[in-house]
Amino acid sequence: METKITASNLNLSFGDTHVLKDVTIDVYKNTITGFMGPSGSGKSSLISIINRMIDFENNVRIEGDVLIDGKSILDGSSNPIELRRRVGTVFAVPIPLPRSIFENIAYGPRLKGISDRTSLHHIVEDSLKKAFLWDEVKDRLNTSALKLSGGQQQRLCLARTLALKPEIILLDEPCSGLDPISTAKIEDALSELKSDYTIILVSNNTKQIARISDFSAFFYLGTLIEYNTTDKVFTAPVEKRTEDYIQGKFG
Amino acid sequence: MTDRTMLKERFVKWVLITFALSSLLFLFLIFVFILAEGLPLFLKVGLKKIIFGFKWAPTKGYFGIFPMIVSSFLVTFGALVIGAPLGLSCAIYLSEYSGKKTKMFLKPALELLAGIPSVVYGFLGVIYIVPLVRNYLGGSGFSLISTSLILGVMILPTIISISFDAITTVPKTYREASAAMGATKWQTIYKVILPSAKSGILASFILGMGRAIGETMAVIMIAGNALKIPTSILDPLRTLTGNIALELAYATGDHRLGLFSTGIVLMVIIMALNYLANFGIKRKPAK
Repeated sequence: METKITASNLNLSFGDTHVLKDVTIDVYKNTITGFMGPSGSGKSSLISIINRMIDFENNVRIEGDVLIDGKSILDGSSNPIELRRRVGTVFAVPIPLPRSIFENIAYGPRLKGISDRTSLHHIVEDSLKKAFLWDEVKDRLNTSALKLSGGQQQRLCLARTLALKPEIILLDEPCSGLDPISTAKIEDALSELKSDYTIILVSNNTKQIARISDFSAFFYLGTLIEYNTTDKVFTAPVEKRTEDYIQGKFG
Repeated sequence: MTDRTMLKERFVKWVLITFALSSLLFLFLIFVFILAEGLPLFLKVGLKKIIFGFKWAPTKGYFGIFPMIVSSFLVTFGALVIGAPLGLSCAIYLSEYSGKKTKMFLKPALELLAGIPSVVYGFLGVIYIVPLVRNYLGGSGFSLISTSLILGVMILPTIISISFDAITTVPKTYREASAAMGATKWQTIYKVILPSAKSGILASFILGMGRAIGETMAVIMIAGNALKIPTSILDPLRTLTGNIALELAYATGDHRLGLFSTGIVLMVIIMALNYLANFGIKRKPAK
């Protein structure tokens, strides 16, 4: 299997707090990789390095490296703006921009310089269909995105990310605030999307990771404890802590 | 609570209410006073002859203040042309680009700008701007452009502080969402932050206008105070405020009432501007 993202001996500190400790992991192309672990385990921080959103934080120290397609994304020659167009992110809380549904999705493509109305329409429709939202909003693309329900907003954010035509999609607990039906819709969408994208799903919900991810990584207090195919991790975990976490003995 | 402390609490509350209401009462009295003095002339001469009249010769029965209304709006517009881009840029720089240290230095400096008495602005205008305009652009130098320039600087603190507040209240999450979609900093500012802060920014412009149209001292000193509608930016002009300040000292009878009428017109304009600005501020970031 082809490796898409590699983190090698990655260390991250915020001031005096050591958040990621020597994390080394390969994420494979066209798979869904689940990152799980209790809060404070460093899984979200790892995500924010991969999309370089960490740049917006103060007092950060990073050691080690992260490679995408074998090229470092942390060295001086890497452009974070360019990177974020290749690595799309869906946040825990859906954040539609205060504009119409259409304009929310056309935002990324417009930034890239696409302004032709038909191309934009095509991208918007395609992205919404892939995010399983098209049927619900196709008649009101010009209404404000803020009027959508929470579950719809999150799928809008997914569609918005897809419109960037990224190679990688990072989802940081995308279903934490959603009802089971909306969650199922997102999961369905992700399962279909993995053939075209490399997806990392951060979640506290082990059942969700077990349901849709191909590989699972368990983080605890900044350390990668166990990483294997989801089958192995969930049926025959090597580490006691992984087993305890999956069984819900701590979290 | 004992009866004593209860009584004390109630006493404090009533004292505060009384003082709070008295400031409202002052406003109300100013209103009544100006209306009582100015309205009779409106009735006697006629609204149209005052507001749209071109000739101001109050001792001969002409009370036309149209040139002053136009002049007031012209200097205000000029001030906005100068102050709005400068002020907005400054607010954007302060909230999005400047570091903590620069901000700690710039914010108090700008507040100081607001504290400079207007007579000092006027003085600087007479000493520096007026000769500059006279020597390089022509005319007497006491002109629309000189006045607008000084007023433009005077309204900067208003525009900057209110725009700054409007921009900083745009949720951080919008910036993150935009950045995550590969927007550069300027793209985020231009496409997300400014549209979200639009109503607050507009309100800052309108309040700046209110400040400019009400300014008196600096304007009298630089505007030249001629009684006509300026036809070029180098022409002198007289504003509504200037008219009152210049003539009140010696005005009697109908002349004095005429100045009150001028005051009513000014007050209506400023109240309308404030109303507009409040309307803008109260509206939540575009939904």
